[in-house]
Amino acid sequence: MQPLQLSALDLVGAVKRGDLSAVACVEAYLDRIVAVDGRINAFLAVGREPALAQAAKIDVRRKAGKPLGALAGLPVAVKDALCTTDLPTTCASKMLAGYQPPYDADVVARLRRADAVIVGKTNMDEFAMGGSNENSAFGPVHNPWDLNRAPGGSSGGSAACVAADMAPVAIGSDTGGSIRQPAGLCGITGFKPTYGRISRRGLVAFASSLDQIGPMAHSAADCALLMETIAGHDPGDATSLTDPVPAYGQLLGEPLAGLRIGRVAEHFGAGLDPEVARGIESAFDTFRAAGATIHDVELPHARYGIPTYYLIAPCEASSNLARYDGAHYGHRHRAEPGREADQVGQFESPLVEMYCRSRAEGFGPEVKRRVMLGTYALSAGYYEAFYAKALRVRRLIQRDYFEAFAKVDLIAGPVSPTPAFKLGEKTGDPLAMYLVDMYTVGTNLAGIGGISFPCGFTPGGLPIGFQLQGPALAEPLLLRAAHGFQSLTDWHTRRPALSA
Amino acid sequence: MSLSRQEVAKVGMLARLALTEAELEKMTGELSKLVEFVSQLSELDTAAVEPLAHPLETRNVFREDIPAASLTTEQALANSPRHDNSCFLVPAVLGDSGAA
Repeated sequence: MQPLQLSALDLVGAVKRGDLSAVACVEAYLDRIVAVDGRINAFLAVGREPALAQAAKIDVRRKAGKPLGALAGLPVAVKDALCTTDLPTTCASKMLAGYQPPYDADVVARLRRADAVIVGKTNMDEFAMGGSNENSAFGPVHNPWDLNRAPGGSSGGSAACVAADMAPVAIGSDTGGSIRQPAGLCGITGFKPTYGRISRRGLVAFASSLDQIGPMAHSAADCALLMETIAGHDPGDATSLTDPVPAYGQLLGEPLAGLRIGRVAEHFGAGLDPEVARGIESAFDTFRAAGATIHDVELPHARYGIPTYYLIAPCEASSNLARYDGAHYGHRHRAEPGREADQVGQFESPLVEMYCRSRAEGFGPEVKRRVMLGTYALSAGYYEAFYAKALRVRRLIQRDYFEAFAKVDLIAGPVSPTPAFKLGEKTGDPLAMYLVDMYTVGTNLAGIGGISFPCGFTPGGLPIGFQLQGPALAEPLLLRAAHGFQSLTDWHTRRPALSA
Repeated sequence: MSLSRQEVAKVGMLARLALTEAELEKMTGELSKLVEFVSQLSELDTAAVEPLAHPLETRNVFREDIPAASLTTEQALANSPRHDNSCFLVPAVLGDSGAA
């Protein structure tokens, strides 16, 4: 049995039946990491020994006839923004290099209780700020479809490791598109559930009113499998929803006939690559052929999504990242007389000097840029014009979705305006990089759910991502629609030609 | 909209970020561009729109105030750059000498 060719559902089934040992399953993926990650850089830490030890215990329990968890023996890669007690958690920042969390994130604890096996922590943009994974302090991730291109971000390591079969599934987080966009650029399925559907406890905070954890896998069916384990209320996150968690996997089979899908003209305007547009149109045709109907809907404020997001997210980030003070954990500046950087201005005390120098040394350029922008927009005299203004526009954006969802069940379109771009192509221009999120930030601002999955390839062989957005708690419908599409197409089964 | 170097230096101090001359120069240009970009929101009339700070406009969440296990002192200090086994140690809070 070749574990690398099986879906997560099949892997779990094979382990439970005893057709495949958990050790063999986990070892196959660990070996694949050794074979190919030197070229991809998807992992910041790999826990070979603990993973194999845990797999061995699962095999012992199975042989003894004891009950196994819902994800028994399933290797899972976890974005390095989630706390793990047995592996360092760095958020791809020098600020947290070597940081060893004293507790597991709720999602990680749920995975472990379900007998999933955490194989490693994945690379990302520093503190999840970025759309290309080039902001990692530990080097960029390479897109498995073209090693000279970016995998997207910020969950670029999670997307690339699934695309390259280094893990059958991964956990990502999505603040403005950070699951869906890299999934789209790497040809996998990425799911951002409704805000609050999954506990954020133990997720290193970026922008707390936007952050959402979600699964990344080859198929919607495998995302549904993970959702059944990771979704649900957690008393440790007061914003996690108390609504019951449906049996997502059992709801996948319903037909697409009668589904009303909205098409937004604003998603097909300037900036959309014609090859991507062709792929999206053919996906609409597939949905039509399956009996879904396509309707024009409007999101009149969609074009204000990026400026709204780039006020709210940096404001929340500047506040959240104030915790990195060099005192409690993380990097601290060490004074070396005569080697101090040429610093502007005076510090009011040695303590403030330590704060300022620690943060200057620990944070990378994009994190500094966003902390500065957020601090400015929240500062006296500017708060009302920038932050409060953005909150008002946020309501207009959310209202647009409410009105659209009165007419259609889901909204569909591209995930990203272009296929995967070249590493280095956008690094000199922060604003150009921000625009890669133009189709995804609305979901987070409105607090609703979205899923992206491959709907074709460019003539150059790069995946094209399709996005569906749904109303709050429409997870079953989003997963069902994506699964219905994947039952009719085979784009999600394609693999990059990476020789081992 | 253009920010001055003085304004950016002040924001750097508010953000507790030490900036070198070169960083200050670069950041002044970049922030000016970004602030100009986000300023396009001002073309919308939002006088009658309530701010939306959070997607779930929920109620307060209460729980019983029952003591439960939390991190031990040892665990809480484990990642600290400097501590004395009971407290986090930092440089002088007042004054201008003795940086650690």
